[in-house]
Amino acid sequence: MPPTVSPTTAGSLRLVGLTKRYRTGDQALSDVTLEVPPGQVLGLIGPSGAGKSTLIRCINRLVEPSAGRVFLDETEITALHAGGLRRARRRMGMIFQEYALVERLTVMENVLSGRLGYVSFWRSLFRRFPPRDIENAFRLLERVGLTEHADKRADALSGGQRQRVGIARALAQEPELLLVDEPTASLDPKTSRQIMRLIREVCAERGLAAIVNIHDVALAQQFMMRIVGLRAGRVVYDGPPEGLTPAVLTEIYGEEDWGPLKPAQTDEEADDAAGIPDDQDIARAL
Amino acid sequence: MSGAGQPLWRRRSRAAELLRWLGWLLLVLLFVVCWTLMTQEQIWEFVWDAPTQAADLFSRMVPPRWSYMDSLWLPLWDTLNIATLGTLLALLIAVPVAFLAARNTTPSLLLVRPVALFIIVASRSVNALIWALLLVTILGPGLLAGVIAIALRSVGFIGKLLYEAIEEIDTRQVEAVRATGAGPAQVLDYGIVPQILPAFAGIAVFRWDINIRESTVLGLVGAGGIGLQLKASVDVLAWPQVTLIFIVILATVIASEWLSARVRRALI
Amino acid sequence: MTRPASRTTRTSPVPSETAEPTLRDQAPRRHQSRDWPSHWRRPPLIADARLRWALIIAVACYLVLGIGSLEVNWARVADGWERGLRFLGGFLQPDFQSRWGDIEQGLMESLTMTLTATVVGVLISVPIGIGAARNLAPMPVYLLCRGIIAVSRSLQEIIVAILFVAMVGFGPLAGFLTLAFATIGFLSKLLAEDIEEIDAAQAEAVRATGASWLQVLNYAVQPQVMPRLIGLSLYRLDINFRESAVIGIVGAGGVGATLNTAIDRYEYDSAAAVLLLIIAIVMLTEYSSSWVRRQVQ
Repeated sequence: MPPTVSPTTAGSLRLVGLTKRYRTGDQALSDVTLEVPPGQVLGLIGPSGAGKSTLIRCINRLVEPSAGRVFLDETEITALHAGGLRRARRRMGMIFQEYALVERLTVMENVLSGRLGYVSFWRSLFRRFPPRDIENAFRLLERVGLTEHADKRADALSGGQRQRVGIARALAQEPELLLVDEPTASLDPKTSRQIMRLIREVCAERGLAAIVNIHDVALAQQFMMRIVGLRAGRVVYDGPPEGLTPAVLTEIYGEEDWGPLKPAQTDEEADDAAGIPDDQDIARAL
Repeated sequence: MSGAGQPLWRRRSRAAELLRWLGWLLLVLLFVVCWTLMTQEQIWEFVWDAPTQAADLFSRMVPPRWSYMDSLWLPLWDTLNIATLGTLLALLIAVPVAFLAARNTTPSLLLVRPVALFIIVASRSVNALIWALLLVTILGPGLLAGVIAIALRSVGFIGKLLYEAIEEIDTRQVEAVRATGAGPAQVLDYGIVPQILPAFAGIAVFRWDINIRESTVLGLVGAGGIGLQLKASVDVLAWPQVTLIFIVILATVIASEWLSARVRRALI
Repeated sequence: MTRPASRTTRTSPVPSETAEPTLRDQAPRRHQSRDWPSHWRRPPLIADARLRWALIIAVACYLVLGIGSLEVNWARVADGWERGLRFLGGFLQPDFQSRWGDIEQGLMESLTMTLTATVVGVLISVPIGIGAARNLAPMPVYLLCRGIIAVSRSLQEIIVAILFVAMVGFGPLAGFLTLAFATIGFLSKLLAEDIEEIDAAQAEAVRATGASWLQVLNYAVQPQVMPRLIGLSLYRLDINFRESAVIGIVGAGGVGATLNTAIDRYEYDSAAAVLLLIIAIVMLTEYSSSWVRRQVQ
């Protein structure tokens, strides 16, 4: 039986008093305490700036929390040093807003980059991944429906396809937990639903827990098992999707913000990676 | 006109306007002062004589001495080598310097970055010809001095453009690689290098083109290449040979510019 | 649709778009997987293997030949080693005093010719730049201006300096002419490109009011390219100063002559002093010009 299909039973996440204050003085998170049992798919909703992204990034410490503790099973992630943290990050697959694929690498390399925490630098430098990883990567590409695209460059794919690669990359880590940050922020409604469904499916197949940041309340209600509402860095709602009454939504999003839901944040700059310098740049460097 | 904000805005605008005119006036004054300082020892008879001199020079320069071409092929090959090897050497030095200078990859903002930036500024400030002048007295005349001079001058140019490219990368791609549990070297390899590779190739080709130009004159100070022949010809006032050398240099420069433009277009 | 994608939809555990997801009850699904390759290579940059190898071999041959042509005289290098160390030592203990008269005069010449050459060069570049912009100039003017730019850009400063010294004699005037000439090629080209990139709609709108060619220039073109022109002029000021330190080698005035003398006499501490001064002035102009650019924008 292929190893990725076996459901993991581990992967319970516990946040205790998690607090983040940025150097600018912004209080992004205040004393957040949460427990996510294995296999639970939890949706995190709240207005922009409520601290959703910060919360997700504090879990794998892409953002360093100011106070509080994070546990993955028995491991205290907040107590780890560089090497231990890298090993812990392998256990948490992350899926990003705007996909965050390495645009100029092939789809296959992007999926294999999920194995970076497991292979030595030299193996990864020469793209000599273990046969098992490569088989597995092909299997994951099949699972997300992109087998034919393995050798294409990531920037040749459509938005929905790129996010599927992002999912395959996260799954290549053989994680116990998925951290998902606004996976549908730049996708059209139909593709958004396909992606959300795919995330739900792979979580069910592998028994993965997931925390999903999501700005679209309707999507959250349809696809999440449990909803946590954040407002100004505090948990203001924690319960089933059915509990999201207009009163609760007002509590989360605030009276004046309420009405149509937040529009998707499109970020055009994403495609504008470092290009070839033009004449002006060169004139300055002469 | 009752708002309190409007007169305030006008006053500032008038002050700005005044400052602007003052700036231009200062520039004119500075120009006049500089001009007088510069020309106080100028012997103007020479200048009035210049058209005759130019005509005379021109008459002695044409026709070019085509037969001299036979002894230019080897210096031309040397010139090409100085530019190419110098560019390669510069790339070897500039890449680590650029990573040390870029805000997002430097190991230390306070200690390492200023040193790397100083290397870049120092290299950019000093022309290849001056580096060559120095190196010829240290290493002796020859191609090696030329190669190193070109490299020393190019480090700053390549380093500056490259570190700016590194600072402009998409940080989310880097974050995503970091989130997989990759080590720092792997983050560099998968997250940063693919993003700057096109910029890197473009910069390298562009600098190679500039270096072809620069290496044609390095021989003036003894650092090899076609400039050696130029100096020898100017020293003995063999103007027809000088003309031929100019033509060869011009052709080389145009060819290299055409080549580098083509390669850069292919890269984009 | 591709085969794997259709399989995904067929075995999808969430039944349909409209249904509420009831995944909690569903058992993990098993895939019937086919065998996948355990070997994968990144597709090479050049697909044609023969061409790829030909290029690799050609590059290797060139490197061998090129490095072989260096003909390093190791005995001479060993001799020079001591001088190299003395030069590095000179950087640590630069000697500003003993040649201060020469250095001061050289710097003065460099600075004055930098400024005058930049001002004159910019003034001449503007009409040439306008003439070299395809959207403003008629064809004959365009070709003439592009020709001037091409000549100015392909001639090295030092070569131009040799010619000007031959014409007007030694001294900073030859340097001034050289730098002004080089400025024209640099600035006109970038200016012409800027003008060609301006918003055509604005020029169109002004032209539609019945404005003359000069009025179009004044109302539609100038506001759009002025800040860039100032920025580019400041860059060129910087470049001209650095070039002014070189053309002295062939007698066109400036601090280059001082430097040349110092190096020829092996006075590395004085040479280091000159180099440090050049670096300091370049840094200063760079900082102040970036300040001015910020003020302009």
